Amino acid sequence: MSHDRDGRDGNGDLRLLKDIDEPGLAGIDVYERRGGYKSLRKALEEMDPDGVLEALEASGLRGRGGAGFSMGKKASFIPKGTMDKYICCNADESEPGAFKDRLLMQKNPHRLIEGILIASIAAGANQTFIYVRGEYSLQADILEQAVADAYAKGYVGEGIMGSDHSTELVVHRGAGAYICGEESALLDSLEGKRGHPRLKPPFPANRGLFQGPTLINNVETLCNVPLVLEMGAEEYKRLGTEQSPGTKVVSVSGDVQRPGNYEVPLGIPAREIVYGLAGGPRPGRRVKCWWPGGSSAPLLEEKDLDLPYSFESMAEAGSMLGSGSIIVVDDSRSLVPLAMSTAEFYRHESCGKCTPCREGTNWTVKMLERIDSGEATPMDLEILAQVQTNIIGNCLCVLGDSMAMPIGSMLEKFRPDFEAHIEEARARNDASIVELGAADLANVAEAGPV
Amino acid sequence: MTSVPRPERREPAHAQLDPVGPARPTAVPGWDRPADLSKAPGTVPELAETDVAPDLRAEIEHRMSLYPDRHSAVLPALHAAQKLYGWLPPQAIDEVAAVMKVTPAYLSSIASFYDMLNERPVGRHSVYVCTSVSCSLSDAKKVYGAILDEAERTGLEDTEVREFACLGACDMQPMASIDGRYVGPLDVSDAAEIVASIREGRRPLPGRGLEDEDFRLPYEAAEAAPGGTPEHEAGPTDRGLGPSHYPDETPEAKATEGRNRRRRGE
Repeated sequence: MSHDRDGRDGNGDLRLLKDIDEPGLAGIDVYERRGGYKSLRKALEEMDPDGVLEALEASGLRGRGGAGFSMGKKASFIPKGTMDKYICCNADESEPGAFKDRLLMQKNPHRLIEGILIASIAAGANQTFIYVRGEYSLQADILEQAVADAYAKGYVGEGIMGSDHSTELVVHRGAGAYICGEESALLDSLEGKRGHPRLKPPFPANRGLFQGPTLINNVETLCNVPLVLEMGAEEYKRLGTEQSPGTKVVSVSGDVQRPGNYEVPLGIPAREIVYGLAGGPRPGRRVKCWWPGGSSAPLLEEKDLDLPYSFESMAEAGSMLGSGSIIVVDDSRSLVPLAMSTAEFYRHESCGKCTPCREGTNWTVKMLERIDSGEATPMDLEILAQVQTNIIGNCLCVLGDSMAMPIGSMLEKFRPDFEAHIEEARARNDASIVELGAADLANVAEAGPV
Repeated sequence: MTSVPRPERREPAHAQLDPVGPARPTAVPGWDRPADLSKAPGTVPELAETDVAPDLRAEIEHRMSLYPDRHSAVLPALHAAQKLYGWLPPQAIDEVAAVMKVTPAYLSSIASFYDMLNERPVGRHSVYVCTSVSCSLSDAKKVYGAILDEAERTGLEDTEVREFACLGACDMQPMASIDGRYVGPLDVSDAAEIVASIREGRRPLPGRGLEDEDFRLPYEAAEAAPGGTPEHEAGPTDRGLGPSHYPDETPEAKATEGRNRRRRGE
């Protein structure tokens, strides 16, 4: 495999999405023919669990679900001992803008299964779950078939491939609650409760599912695990940047000509993704702003497209890479409907456990409705911004923050949009009063306040 | 002072369909009904006294055996019951409760939390139109309105049409999930075909569903067509990732398309 001078992979760009268009890759035979389950064999026959764990830590692989925490470090927090230990694969991908896990599960389910099994060796887990969102019924069907095939071939179950390592794997379907993508809410949901986040600490690594040590990872993170073993940690680290090794599947949607999933090495300029791969906005339009990491990340502006797309540089720019989902908004849009769409989503999905989130999301929607109906004054924008700062950091989980951060950044960076919207709506209302005849006015007065 | 006529407020989608009347969008249905204090406290229904469909019982028992704790099987069990009945009537809740040895109230607390479980009849067919951020940038609300209008106009029964966010298929924007089948990108003109196919029990929009073998997004199909961009267009940026390029700069744009085909996952 040749490398460019800067260490970037210049040849085989595709890692996770390699062979993804191969017909029948979801079947176990094609996957095996493509070198599948070799990393699992390597982990079982040539390495010991500590060696696997060390390789994961050395690779610097960071979680692809949002927080970007080191996957190997997280696995190393799982205590040693003979108690029941669990792995949960978080496949509850529900964030607006994110659709990478859908592709990975639908087209290449066995890579995910292999990743989970290798992680179970590293963490010493004897029971693993894939929590897939209920709406992904097609993907869950494919996964269930793949798991059954893997059981039949002896990759899962008692004494995997003749070793003394045993692990069960169950595909668990959610039922349409975004909050269950939050790791502790996922655990509650998996225990058969309403999906409410838990207070941390204790962290799931110590007391998670059924109060046992639990490792929770995103689909894409676990799909990277076989790659790490296959390439070796050193080789894997040469992809991407020093602090963000590896490639990332980026979901691009919104005002672009070619929405879709693209795999890129971390650290390339965001402009390459938005314009180079996704085709940019329609001809004659420019990028107004973009979400770098799904709808929960603060917005960035057009000039920020030249930043390298990596965990560290997105954080420096005041946003986050999150799940790696770029939503592009072009310059023909006002941000008010977008703010409304975002806020309505989080209002609906707030589980109601913490007051700042439950009330804050509701109030944000109400205030945006005021702006939309022309009843707002410029002071309302101050209050709206204040509501957002009162949510951030004050809840058990980050669902409220996920609304407060983008709305806060919209108000900060695109305030004229909101002011213009207020003015327009007021002018529209004023005009409609003028249009009303005297009779209509009388009727309105008779009917009382609406 | 004259009161200003307010512009029409948008009604939440389910308020229009709710047979009981408009509810607060964030409230659980029935939250404002008084508790019936004369009722006996929640008890676990006896399995011997409950008429449980044999298939349903086998499915739930199988699911319970997969988990260290039987409570984990609540969601799969309720999914199975909902598949049987189309929704979760009290009878279904009782059946699941009897098999799982939990109280119906516990199951009800779960069913009311999750969007995909329905404690009131909503129809056997579902049309979830995604109107979240990305889809809303492609006029998803108009598509939703068109499907709703068409369903009303033609008197489509036994079908739940609702807005949903987010279905995780923003590349198909705007899209909908029709009985679990993802179709997109949609246009207002597709509404008639969607409604007709549900009524006639056909697969909606063949070739435009995510699971279809020949599924391609419109721009991919255009490229694959004769006269489209060749598979491998050599160019300065074809290998690795070179300097920035814009779609209106022709040579680079072509190279981009060539590379894009290799990179794109679907």
